[in-house]
Amino acid sequence: MEQRGFGRLRLPGLLALLAALGVLVVQAALERRKAQTPRISASRNQNLWPLPVSAMTTPRLLYLSPGNFFFGHSPSSKAGPSCAILQEAFRRYYAYIFGFDKWPLDSDNVARKMKLQKLEVSVIMDPECDSFPSITSDESYNLLVQGPVATLTANRVWGVLRGLETFSQLIYQHSSGTFTANESNIVDSPRFPHRGILIDTSRHFLPVKTILKTLDAMAFNKFNVLHWHIVDDQSFPYQSITFPELSNKGSYSLSHVYTPNDVHTVVEYARFRGIRVLPEFDSPGHTASWGKGQKDVLTPCYHSREPSGTFGPINPILNSTYSFLSKLFKEIGTVFPDEFIHLGGDEVDFNCWKSNPAVLHFMRNKGFGKKFEKLQSFYMQKVLDMISAMKKRSIVWQEVYDDEGKLTPGTVVQVWKKDKFHMKLRKITAAGFPVIISAPWYLDLISYGEDWTGYYSVEPLNFAGTPKQKQLVIGGEACIWGEYVDATNLTPRLWPRASAVGERLWSHQDVTDLGDAYRRLTRHRCRMVGKQTPSR
Amino acid sequence: MAGSTLRFSLLLAAAFAGRATALWPWPQYIQTSELRYTIFPHSFQFQYHLSSAAQVGCSVLDEAFQRYRDLLFGSAAFRFPHPIEKRHTSEKNSLVVLVVTPGCDQFPSLGSVENYTLTINDEQCLLLSETVWGALRGLETFSQLIWRSPEGTFYVNKTDIEDFPRFPHRGLLLDTSRHYLPLSSILDTLDVMAYNKFNVFHWHLVDDSSFPYESFTFPDLTKKGSYNPATHIYTAQDVKEVIEYARLRGIRVLAEFDTPGHTLSWGPGVPGLLTPCYSGSHPSGTFGPVNPALNNTYEFMSTFFLEISTVFPDFYLHLGGDEVDFTCWKSNPDIQAFMKKKGFGDDFKKLESFYIQTLLDIVSAYGKGYVVWQEVFDNKVKVRPDTIIQVWREEIPVKYVKEMALVTSAGFRALLSAPWYLNHITYGPDWKEIYLVEPLAFEGSPEQKALVIGGEACMWGEYVDSTNLVPRLWPKAGAVAERLWSNKMVSNLDFAFKRLAHFRCELLRRGVQAQPLSVGYCDMEFEQT
Repeated sequence: MEQRGFGRLRLPGLLALLAALGVLVVQAALERRKAQTPRISASRNQNLWPLPVSAMTTPRLLYLSPGNFFFGHSPSSKAGPSCAILQEAFRRYYAYIFGFDKWPLDSDNVARKMKLQKLEVSVIMDPECDSFPSITSDESYNLLVQGPVATLTANRVWGVLRGLETFSQLIYQHSSGTFTANESNIVDSPRFPHRGILIDTSRHFLPVKTILKTLDAMAFNKFNVLHWHIVDDQSFPYQSITFPELSNKGSYSLSHVYTPNDVHTVVEYARFRGIRVLPEFDSPGHTASWGKGQKDVLTPCYHSREPSGTFGPINPILNSTYSFLSKLFKEIGTVFPDEFIHLGGDEVDFNCWKSNPAVLHFMRNKGFGKKFEKLQSFYMQKVLDMISAMKKRSIVWQEVYDDEGKLTPGTVVQVWKKDKFHMKLRKITAAGFPVIISAPWYLDLISYGEDWTGYYSVEPLNFAGTPKQKQLVIGGEACIWGEYVDATNLTPRLWPRASAVGERLWSHQDVTDLGDAYRRLTRHRCRMVGKQTPSR
Repeated sequence: MAGSTLRFSLLLAAAFAGRATALWPWPQYIQTSELRYTIFPHSFQFQYHLSSAAQVGCSVLDEAFQRYRDLLFGSAAFRFPHPIEKRHTSEKNSLVVLVVTPGCDQFPSLGSVENYTLTINDEQCLLLSETVWGALRGLETFSQLIWRSPEGTFYVNKTDIEDFPRFPHRGLLLDTSRHYLPLSSILDTLDVMAYNKFNVFHWHLVDDSSFPYESFTFPDLTKKGSYNPATHIYTAQDVKEVIEYARLRGIRVLAEFDTPGHTLSWGPGVPGLLTPCYSGSHPSGTFGPVNPALNNTYEFMSTFFLEISTVFPDFYLHLGGDEVDFTCWKSNPDIQAFMKKKGFGDDFKKLESFYIQTLLDIVSAYGKGYVVWQEVFDNKVKVRPDTIIQVWREEIPVKYVKEMALVTSAGFRALLSAPWYLNHITYGPDWKEIYLVEPLAFEGSPEQKALVIGGEACMWGEYVDSTNLVPRLWPKAGAVAERLWSNKMVSNLDFAFKRLAHFRCELLRRGVQAQPLSVGYCDMEFEQT
């Protein structure tokens, strides 16, 4: 990764020395995986979540007055007022910090105190204002908070977004109504590039508004991937342009669908928060709802030589299956701009395939013997090839690797089975495939009490392997499957439990103190509660 | 029993046939048919029968009519177009309500009669009840009988219902000490309780963590003991509002002031009230339960409970008495001296009994009855024979089923909560286990069983505040509600699942954030604001 520019920071004021130290730290930190122990300031008033790589504060208080504070672009910044991502973020964070009221412009009653009047944002490289975030997006930033002008410096807008969130967490409103921030210098970058939340809109439909709220909360926790498990057995809410019958027949009802416009709204809302939208169209299992709107796509199951009237996984032996899938995935590849598509591939039940004479015949012809894993591999390989041909990359659930599929190099494997998952990580990375970890982070599996500590205490790289293998762990995802979750309980089930995962994936490996985490997370929860309901 | 079995099979058959599958909790007797009547929102009204003891001006019913009108048709009922097309079905344009006994300004009580009958046929559309409380239950049932066709027309089927509760005490406990619940959360909960025919709001107001109840005799309790004396308190006005809101829905407010344990938050506001704990021969700076060795303690309790007895109109108060930790008492030399003086030996249960008995005498003198947690019984405190014992421990000292037998064989009335701690969440359809609890499944005589006056679903607040209260409560608490209202034989899980899933969608339609029971959808999903 190219990292120029930070050297050009001008650092006037008291913090020059601290800042110089910070630059050293950021450069070290930006060489990912070589990061040093985080420098946590001795000051206990920090409530940052997730904890930055380095955060130094002084006891000196800066006073902000809502009528006399603004975000702006540094003259030397490569981004300016035409950068919509930043303009929108400025407005958003102003409201998060000061509330949604209109403040009188001269409500400045802290005359003789040290004031903080401006946060000046400087983007050093091509800001990527009009791009979508990607797995390689640079999210590092450097935040120097001092009076009267604080500076936020980043290589790209993505780092600015992360830095604005941190900035907002530094500001504290006293019971008197006064806003203050401690003088600080923060240098930060993520530990893992893929930090996701999986939502499931098939078991229960989630209204678009609920998804957008989730994206907001993700940004508060520096998550950067929304893994959208959009369809499954129960319903097919994705409205396809090419195959409209899929949702016409396969959704719970015609009001339980995501129109192309809805999807566009989600993707764009996510982009403005530096969040990628990773669509999952899981097959060949978990596809019962596809069968209602697409004739012959599922395998007819047999019972004593007669079709039983029930259906199994996608029918892997028909050419029509592949021409359908090819068109569908072509559309998906266009609708979702991300480089990755999640192809699923989990929990394929072979019973129906086993019962079907045509499938058995096909198996014999192909020389698969009785190994239905080979049939699944045959199917997955065809779909993987479609994705490669579109110049996109695939993510699959771990079974696709277990089943010894001849995986296209570069295919990402998502590990979800909790049992011995570290062993699995070792095996898959030894074979050279990148992995995403979800196994310890199934947040839908609730239990009584403080279960966040369990999620927090997971160390993703705690497996025997070479540094090269560890490099292949690109991150993790907290999953909130939808069997018992809909818009009524999604938010309290996700937050702040998912925040524990958020810090594990962002902060340094050594940030593991449960007591300190509890203290910060409690504050962070109050902050999130405040942001969700516009303050009055 | 033969008679009721026959009745039950009848009602099951009826249920599967028609729209009545929407009812929750299931009535004692119901017969419905496919014959339906149209209801036109613009002309429909609730009316008092000419010979009803309650007439216009009856606050409980006047307000209920308004509420159910809004629930059924929305507050903009008059938007619905006047029908011009030919009417194929006959129409019902009013529900006539006939209450036999007057009493619109009273509070509901343990003895309130909640029976009602609902008769909807060609001749009439009548709700008949002994009291206004019964009328409230009947109105809820009526509102659940009305359904809407895909075209938007409202219908009600020909129906006969005769209904009454199985148990008179059907409660829900909220804990406003571990986390403060805004007034609106409490009021909203009372609404949903009424939809489920719950009739007791057990308000666990204060505990170790905070003291949000604003006392006018001891304002320092709240000033020093609440999380935030400006915002996290219940003022006298708030409490009044809760009581009246509950009354209008036929719900009693059972206030709990738990002592002598669970009282840490009382300490800062009342110096000397709590026992100073000792480490060796010196006070350690920490405090234990209420100090039972001082006269001041009882003077304070006298004054405090005089206030509580006045503020809360219900005949019963809940005095707590659970989980008293003896460690601190044991460490304190003054307590040890007091024990010696009283001849209690090393038995701290005797000290606890002494405290509780004195407290019970104080409260009795104010003309109140009381409910206590089971420890008071377990520790053999001498209590008045009309004391109600609430059973909450699942396994220890004995299984709750056994405890129910013990409590009732000693002649006390019992309330069951042990299997209904709704704050203990687990993955999956955990409402089933809650639903299948049979409160009378213990060995005992019919007289003993008659002493079980009901039960309570408890939502303790360690991990619950207004962010997650509603989805954790509903529809799960509904399982308890039906167990306490409906016939014992209504226990088929499939039948319950269908109705409860339907009822949860109805709750969503009414704006309640009730969580799903399984996969699926509702026509009207919960919308975030």
